[in-house]
Amino acid sequence: MLKIDNLHVRVGGRDILKGLSLEVAPGQVHAIMGPNGAGKSTLGHILAGREGYEVTEGSVTYQGKDLLALEPEERAAEGVFLAFQYPVEIPGVNNTYFLRAALNAQRKYRGEPEIDSMGFLKLVRQKLSVLHIKDELLNRAVNVGFSGGEKKRNEIFQLAVLEPTLAILDETDSGLDIDALKLVAEGVNLMRSPERSFLVVTHYQRLLDYIKPDVVHVLADGRIVESGGPELALELEQHGYSWVKDRIAPAGAGA
Amino acid sequence: MSAESATAPATLAEAFAARGLDLPTTRQERWRYTNLRALAARRFEAPAARVDVDLKVIADIPAPRLVIANGRYAPALSDLHGLPEGLRVRLLSEVRRDAPDEAAAWRATDATGPDAAFQQWNGALADEGFVLDVEAGVRVEKPLHLVVLGVEDGAERAFHLRHRITLGAGAQLTVAKHHLGVGAHRHLLNTVLQVELGEGAELSQARVQREAHGATLIQRTDAVLGANAHYRRLDLELGAALSRHELDVVLAGDSAQLDAHGVLLADGRRHLDTRLGIEHRARDTRCGLIWRGIGADRGRAVFHGGILIAEGADGSDAQLSNKNLLLSDAAEIDTQPVLVIHADDVQAAHGATVGRLDDASLFYLRARGVPVAEATAMLTAAFLREPLAVLANEALEDRLTAALDARLADAARTAG
Repeated sequence: MLKIDNLHVRVGGRDILKGLSLEVAPGQVHAIMGPNGAGKSTLGHILAGREGYEVTEGSVTYQGKDLLALEPEERAAEGVFLAFQYPVEIPGVNNTYFLRAALNAQRKYRGEPEIDSMGFLKLVRQKLSVLHIKDELLNRAVNVGFSGGEKKRNEIFQLAVLEPTLAILDETDSGLDIDALKLVAEGVNLMRSPERSFLVVTHYQRLLDYIKPDVVHVLADGRIVESGGPELALELEQHGYSWVKDRIAPAGAGA
Repeated sequence: MSAESATAPATLAEAFAARGLDLPTTRQERWRYTNLRALAARRFEAPAARVDVDLKVIADIPAPRLVIANGRYAPALSDLHGLPEGLRVRLLSEVRRDAPDEAAAWRATDATGPDAAFQQWNGALADEGFVLDVEAGVRVEKPLHLVVLGVEDGAERAFHLRHRITLGAGAQLTVAKHHLGVGAHRHLLNTVLQVELGEGAELSQARVQREAHGATLIQRTDAVLGANAHYRRLDLELGAALSRHELDVVLAGDSAQLDAHGVLLADGRRHLDTRLGIEHRARDTRCGLIWRGIGADRGRAVFHGGILIAEGADGSDAQLSNKNLLLSDAAEIDTQPVLVIHADDVQAAHGATVGRLDDASLFYLRARGVPVAEATAMLTAAFLREPLAVLANEALEDRLTAALDARLADAARTAG
């Protein structure tokens, strides 16, 4: 599904990712944890195709394709979805109109027929009822006037409608209270399937109480320094990130 | 007439000189960004006696509807069904014939001096226009559509129109004016509009300018608002080679209000120059000015937002926002907000920006699968729609939104 091999990324002259390697199989949920500044958000952005990042070494292969060679909209149509840490407010662009344009653009790319407005409305209503989202969000401009929780749920709603094969959740738990967190996690769990993989990027362990990962990675100083099962997240919760620092030093000295 | 048409018409510069006028130059502050040198050398013929226009050009513009085509009233295209009582509609040609003194008096308030040369030229030559009067207390619900067509007819012509809208105390009217081009003509349209709003009168006015790519439009609007009057207007500048509009509004009575919004879509090689001159001359007057501009391709948008709050106009409130998007390196945008305050206890704010499309918004749309061209069009349309909510008439607003969207879709097709 996704294979990241020795990825080095530079932003504004600074090395952020320094040899990150990771492999995700279909249906798996991988959690990426790490302290602030470890490169967590950079990973999400580079996979989605944001400009301003320079790949100096390494590769990203997604379903056998060179992901880094694709435009952001091509990656989306290939099934890559990034749930933003800070969803952008776009005044004047209607939420439903935008999502239908996105879905139809993806379908067109894949050679599938477009969905008309009636069919789309039906699809949307079905997803809304499953996710317990108020349909008033549909008629507003994209994320404008949404609370923090509503913005994150709108991301999950988009995820549900677009049905990607790889969903990257970039600190989707940040800024959420426990009730909002549970709702978001519930939405994600409903989307889990043997064909769909998740990369859950988070600073805190608590999201992983609700979204059970198959694999947990610790990202520090631009590399994966530790990988393990769900118990690794609990260990981090107990000891904090300070103990991973010991593991960075040798590699850092070598670089 | 026959002797005149036998010889080639004079250049525009010569035509002005013959009347003791000079064409404005970029050395004049008010014309600094609009160079008329190429125009000065061109020769424009007088209006022809008649012009043939296909009805379908105006088919989607509802009645009541009045049409002027190439400077002449077109009764066959007009439809006065449903013209409400209390709204008196006349043509300038009728008034000149039946009440010449009345028509002459309308020129008395024309500005003088070199900056207003086009207005003076209009004063000498204007022979057609819409003259609307609404009686005191009459509220006209249905919008009246005024259509001014420029039609290709094998010649380059100059037309001079003068319109007047007068609302009595407490009267209300909604007017939509459509400047449309038929064929690839290069006419020059020189327009003066005079607006007088009595105490508590309300005028909502839309102006959609979608003239031919070769057309030149010079317009001056002079409005005077009485106490508690409210003038709402929206200008969509979407066409022509050159369109210059001077909008001068005097808030003469206490608590008079102006909401003047607009869109300047300067793509192709279009030059759009809008110059606002708003004067607060009475207490507690208010103006809200929201303008959005696009500079694309080799287009140029010029915006001047002049607000004067005169001595004694205490408690006035003036808000001006002019935001622009520069979408090409060869395009140009000049924006100049000017606020002069001589009164006390005034609230005034103005902001002018020129920027690019927001990268974060563009990436968000693309990351969901919207191709970059479509995402750009979506954000551009959203940016331009903001001023549209001003007319207090939802049906008309929907119509204008559709006109704007259609225009943007055409631009996208041409670009693609």
